[in-house]
Amino acid sequence: MSVAYDENNRPPSAYDVPLEDIDVSDGLLFQTQQHFEYFERLRKEDPVHYCKDSEFGPYWSITKFNDIVAVDTNHKVFSSDKTIVIGDADPDFNPPMFIAMDQPKHDVQRKVVTPAVAPVNLAKLEAHIRENVCEILDSLPVGESFDWVDRVSIELTTRMLAVLFDFPWEDRRKLTWWSDVTTSSPDQTGADGSIVNEEERKKELMECLEYFMNLWSSRGENYEGTDFISLLATNPDTMEMSNDPLEFLGNLMLLIVGGNDTTRNSISGGVLALNQNPAEYDKLRANPEVIPNMVSEIIRWVTPLGHMRRTALEDTELNGKQIKKGDRVVMWYISGNRDEEVIENANQFIIDRDKARHHLSFGFGIHRCMGNRVGEMQLRILWEEIMKRFEKVEVIGEPGRLRSNFVMGITEMMVKLHPLKA
Amino acid sequence: MPSVTYIENNGSEHKVEVAVGLSLMEGAVNNLVPGIDADCGGACACATCHIYVDPEWQSKTGNKTDMEVTMLDFAEAAEETSRLACQIKVTEDLDGLVVRLPIAQF
Repeated sequence: MSVAYDENNRPPSAYDVPLEDIDVSDGLLFQTQQHFEYFERLRKEDPVHYCKDSEFGPYWSITKFNDIVAVDTNHKVFSSDKTIVIGDADPDFNPPMFIAMDQPKHDVQRKVVTPAVAPVNLAKLEAHIRENVCEILDSLPVGESFDWVDRVSIELTTRMLAVLFDFPWEDRRKLTWWSDVTTSSPDQTGADGSIVNEEERKKELMECLEYFMNLWSSRGENYEGTDFISLLATNPDTMEMSNDPLEFLGNLMLLIVGGNDTTRNSISGGVLALNQNPAEYDKLRANPEVIPNMVSEIIRWVTPLGHMRRTALEDTELNGKQIKKGDRVVMWYISGNRDEEVIENANQFIIDRDKARHHLSFGFGIHRCMGNRVGEMQLRILWEEIMKRFEKVEVIGEPGRLRSNFVMGITEMMVKLHPLKA
Repeated sequence: MPSVTYIENNGSEHKVEVAVGLSLMEGAVNNLVPGIDADCGGACACATCHIYVDPEWQSKTGNKTDMEVTMLDFAEAAEETSRLACQIKVTEDLDGLVVRLPIAQF
C-alpha cells in the first residue's frame, strides 16, 4: 500500500496511517529515520502485522524480540531457501549462497569457510587489525573536517576483508564496490537505483565473478591458506564449486557483504551515537574498560542489517496470527532490538548496559552471523586506539543515510578530530 | 541445593550451588563464572554456552535435541561430550556434577 508523501517528500507520521495500510518496506522510511516510529506503533498495536500490498508483494512483519527469536530458530518451518531479503530474487539471476539455503547444504558450505574466522585465526588477525587501525588513525587530519565513512569505516573494513580473502591489496576498494552493488537491488531491498539499476548490477557482479575465478585458479590443490578462497578451493565439499560459477559468486557476495556493510556502519554509527549521547562519551573517557561492552551496545543500537526474510513452508501460528504456507515473513531486527519488553530502556544508548550481548543484530539459530567475533574485534581495537589518540571524534554535520530497508547505512559523516589534552 | 563445578580452560575451578530447575547456563551466569557468554539468553540459538560433560554424567544430563546437535555442529572445538549449558536443567541427581569450558565461545 503506497501512501502519499508530504510536501517535503517525506512519508507521513506512522500514527496518521491506518494500521492495516502500514508498509514498513519503503526504503525512504529508513533514510529519513522514520522507521523507528512505525515500528514502535507496530510493536504496540499489531506486533505480527500483515501488509497486504507493497512493492515487494504482501508480507508479514515480525517486530517483537521474542517472536523474532521464535521464527529465527524454527528453520524447519521458516525457510531461507532462495532469498533472505524482502523482495524476491530475480529467477534468471539468483546466485546461490549458503545464507539463502536450508539444511543440509547450508551446513556443509558454512562449515567450509568458518575456519577463516575461528579463534586460532582471530588471534593471528588481532595484531594485523591493530596495525591497520593505527596506520589509518595516524593518517587522519587532526582539526580539519573530513568524511569518517570514507577514511575510516570503509577503509578499515575493506582492509580486513582483503586480508580474509587474501585479496590483491591495491584493488581492495573493489570489495567495497561489489558489496554496495550486491545490496543495492531496487527490486529486493528498496534502493533507489542511484548506485546501480538491475541490469548494471548483474554486469558488475559478473565482473566480480571473473576476478575471483582468477584468484581461485591460482589457489587450487596444494595451496595452504586460511583465506576464504583457499578454504573453498581446497575443501572436498566445495572444491567443485568453480564448476558452478553462479554458486561461487553467490557465496562470494555473501562473504563480501557480511564483512563489509555490517562493520562499516557499526563504526560510523558508534561515533554518531556517542556524539548524540555526550554523557555516554564521558563514561567512555572515564573508563575505557567498558569498550567490549560498548561494542555490543553499538551493534544493537545500529542493527546494521535491518531485517532478514523467511518463507513459511507450512501453515503456522505466531503470536495469535495465522501464517499460511508460502507467506513472506520478515523479521525486523531493527525493531526487535528496541523492544522494551525484553531490553530495558531499549530506546536509550547505554554503553555499560547489563547483558549487552543479548541483541538480535547477528540473528539467532543456524544462520547466526558467522563473522560476529571478527566484527566485534575490529570495533574493539578501533575504539581502544581512538581513545589513545583523541579526546573526541566530533560529528560536524548531519550524516547521509542510505535508502534501503536492508542495510542501515550511513553514506557520509563529516567529523573533526580533537587530540587528547596534554 | 545441588553443587556444580565449572572448570575453565585454564584449569580454574568454580564450585557453585545452583537451584533445581535452573539451567547450567543460568547457574554459571548467576554466579559470575567466566567463560559462558549465553548471547541468546537460553534459546538454544547461539552456541555461546558450550561446555563439556564427562561421559559418566551423560545419562543424568539427558539427550541433545536436534536443534542442540545442529548448533553444536557450528561451535568451535565441539566434541562428542559437548553440550549447550542452557539445555541442561539442574536436578537433585546432578549434585556434584563437573563440567569443563572450552577455550572460547565461538
